Formats: sequence, structure tokens, C-alpha cells
Amino acid sequence: MSTNGMTSWAVDLKDVGAIYPFQGHEVLMVILCVIFWLGWHWLQMRNEAREIRSEMDADARGDKAREAIDRY
Amino acid sequence: MGNNLDALTVIFTEFYYWVTIVFMFLIHVGFCMYEVGVSRRRNHLHTLMKNTMLIPLVTVTFYLFGWWLYFGIQKFPFGPIDWALGSTATPWSPLMATHLSGADPSLGVTADQAALWHRLNGVFWGAFLLFSMTAASIVSGAVIERIQSGAFWIIAIMLGSFTWMIDAAWGWSSGGWMVEKLGYHDAYASGVIHAIAGGTALGVLLVLGPRLAKFKADGTPRDIVPHNVWLVTIGLFLIYTGFWGFYAACNVPIISPAGIAGQITGDTWTATNIYLGPTTLSAITFNFLMSLSGGLMTAYVVSKGDPFWTYSGGLAGVIGASAGNDLYHPIQAMFVGAVTVWIIYKLHYWVERRFKLDDAVGAVAVHGYAGFIGLVIAGFLLWGQPSSPYAGFATISPWGNFIGAVIMFGVLGFLPGYVMSLILNAMGLLRIPRKVELEGLDFEGEETYRAALDEVRAAELAMVKA
Repeated sequence: MSTNGMTSWAVDLKDVGAIYPFQGHEVLMVILCVIFWLGWHWLQMRNEAREIRSEMDADARGDKAREAIDRY
Repeated sequence: MGNNLDALTVIFTEFYYWVTIVFMFLIHVGFCMYEVGVSRRRNHLHTLMKNTMLIPLVTVTFYLFGWWLYFGIQKFPFGPIDWALGSTATPWSPLMATHLSGADPSLGVTADQAALWHRLNGVFWGAFLLFSMTAASIVSGAVIERIQSGAFWIIAIMLGSFTWMIDAAWGWSSGGWMVEKLGYHDAYASGVIHAIAGGTALGVLLVLGPRLAKFKADGTPRDIVPHNVWLVTIGLFLIYTGFWGFYAACNVPIISPAGIAGQITGDTWTATNIYLGPTTLSAITFNFLMSLSGGLMTAYVVSKGDPFWTYSGGLAGVIGASAGNDLYHPIQAMFVGAVTVWIIYKLHYWVERRFKLDDAVGAVAVHGYAGFIGLVIAGFLLWGQPSSPYAGFATISPWGNFIGAVIMFGVLGFLPGYVMSLILNAMGLLRIPRKVELEGLDFEGEETYRAALDEVRAAELAMVKA
């Protein structure tokens, strides 16, 4: 058993094509990649929304905001 | 050189490795910037010198014995020391100097040795040497602000010119016993550079202990923040950049089937990995960038956007996928990078809390754990594939790569680091005194600097009055 079908390099390389593992599953890998990419956006936006809510709840009187504006 | 095609191949290969060496030097520039950025102001000049001076020390020792180890002990201890193969890497060999390819029978250099090595020895030596500097530099960041420079430099030589050369001979050569008997596969050095360096750092840290204010009385860790986040950022970007050179340096750029002398048939020339198995620069370009991306994306989310961990996660993503990045599909490389980063992030904080480990730059996690995990994953994903073009070598397997990971991280990394640190500590050479740590390693230098400024200022003011 070999995950890329090659069990030996005793071959003429001009006859060898793809050598990555699990050939034939390219479409599945692309689907998983798209899920990862879109899932990342969902997680990132959820985290950012939490962060913004936390920022909104902090410093209700605005003292620290005034200090921050003064600093920059 | 036999003919013009041979000459062109050798000179192209010579130039190729030379370029990778220049690129890899950026890794060291990056590590210096990164460490100085992370250290506090009162320590940054000592931190800089600690990392800078490993360059000449590892270079000289690598010339004296490191390069010979690579050729001499590939089969040892399961076979004899190969004095013949190592003869072109002894510091007294004419091929370790300027040489124009004629045989030197009186000096022990055969025509075949001269033809192969006269233009390649220096650039191969240089490429491996830059790997040595990288390995030592990885440890340097973890131990900042409390280790004595003299102790660190002994550990740097141990790792850069000795233990990593043992692991390279065994597991990162076309004839190493780990490749032959275990089918160990680690094309871009997840284990042979990163796991061993992370393991060494862990061994040193356990003896060295944390910085004074790192933990509260109840054991809760404090965050000792970098004094210059921009220096850290540029440093990590430079490490990424140098990593391109590192990847290219791991390949043999062009070789004929006859040059491999294995079983590859036909007339197709190819690039190969260090084991002389075929790959392409294109493949590693896909996989480097996809594993970097998988690491960055995961680190950003899991660390809630922490810049330090996001950049380090990019690095760890590449390190995790490096063992198999000659053979992975780019999407596989991305997922290997992503999974590796998620695990090492969780593991870093668990170990920090559980064992009170103060790793100032996360080197044990980013290099050690990521390298170990990457090797194990490669064992599964590349299961059954040939580890070498040579007949009789074991195929790649999960157990072969797991045993290899234990050897890299534990046997050649952690153990020597721990034992050497115990010895240095027993001799009172490992850690700086508490008073010096509190006032800062640069204290005396800073005082001298201020005194010099005051003296010159006073002298100039006196001249104005006159």
C-alpha cells in the first residue's frame, strides 16, 4: 500500500505524473479547502463582534478614551 | 568535469547553493531582530551579542568537525564509520579549500572526489552551516534575559556543530541509517532542525528556570511584553524570507538518473530532495505558501488576533508541513499547517501553566512541538511511499517517522540540552546572578554610555561659555 501509488522510484520519470497522496480526491480536497476558508471568515467575524462588544462595554464614562486620544 | 554539460551542471549547482546561503542569512538577521524586539531595553545589547557571536563560533567548529560528522557517521552505530566518505570533509583536506578539480594523489584526493567536490564542497558546507546557525538561534530566543552568554555559546556549538550533524547524518542524507532502516522522511527538516532545536531548548529551560517576574506566587504566568513589536514583526518576516532559501537549499537542483546511481531509469533529469527522491521547486513553492497560510489563518483565529502568535503560527504552519512538503498536495500542506498550529498553541499554554516553563519566544512550541507533530503526520500521509531511490530502503511509515521524531526531539534534542545545562549549572556557569538579572545585562554598558555622553556634553558646554 502507498498513499501516492508509488512503491519504488525504479521508474522512468517521464512516465510519472502526480506524486501527491490520495490522488483522485482532488474535488473533495477543494471542497474542504473552501469550507476552511469560509469557516475562517465566520470564526473571525464572530470573534471580532465579541471584541467590539467588549470594547463597547468597557470605559462607560469615556475617561480612558480621552486618555487614548490624548496619547495619539 | 567530463564535458561542458557536466561543467554547466556543477557550476549551476554551485551558484544555486550560494544563492540559498545568502537568503538563509536573512533567517539570522530575523532572529536577531526578533530577540532584541522581545527582550526588555535593559537587556537588548547582550541579547544581540549572544545571538550574533554564535555565528563565528558555530562556523569555526563546523569547519573543524561538524562537516566531517555528516559524512563519517551516516551508518554508525549500525555500520562502520565511513572514513573514505568523510575524507573530503576533514579540515586538512585540499577539497576544504580553493581547488580546481585536478586529483591530488599525494594529499589523498582521488580524481572522482575532486571532480564532484572541488566546486560544491564550500557551498554545501555553507548551506549546512546556515542550518546549524538557525538551529542554535532557535534556542537563543527561548533563554533570553537570564542565561550567561558563555553557557549559551557552548550549547550553541553542541547543537549547531555536533548533535544536529548527527541527526542530519542519520536522518537527512541519502545513506543515513534512519532512512534505510526506518524509512524516515523529513524533506524540509521538521525534525532534523526544528524538533531537535525545540527539544534542546526545552532541556535547557527546565534547568535554567523562568525569568524572575514571570510567575506570580500562585504560579499564574505574567505576560512579559516585547519592548518593540515592530522589530519583532520585521524579524519574523525576515525569517519567512530566509525560509525560502532554506527550502531551496534542501533540494538538489539538477541531477541525472546516472548521477543518482540508484534505480531511476530513463534520461529525465530532475530536482530531488536530500534523499535523492524526485521533487520540484514548483511543488515546494505551492506547499510552502499553502502551509504558511494554513498556519497564519489558524493562529489568527485561535489566538484571537494576537500578532505574536499569528506570525509565529505562520512559521509553525510551514514547520509542521515541512517533513512532507516535497510530496504533499498544496491543500494537504495547508491543513497540516493548520492542524499543527492549533495543537501547538494549546500545548504551549498548557505546558507553561503546568510546568512553569518560561519560553520567551515560544520556540519549544513553534519549532519543537510543530516539528514533532509534522513528522508524525507525514508518516501517516506518506505511508508506503518510497523513502529513497535506492533498493532495500524501508518505505515511509507512521512508526518510522514517530521513532524518528522521538530521536530528534528527545534523544538528540532534549537529553543533550538537559545534561549539558545540568553540567553548566553545577559549575555555576548557566544563569546570571539575581542582582544582574534585576538591574539588566546592559547595566554597566548603559552607565558607561551615559557617563560618556555627560562628559562630552559638559566639555562642549564649557567651550560655548569660553
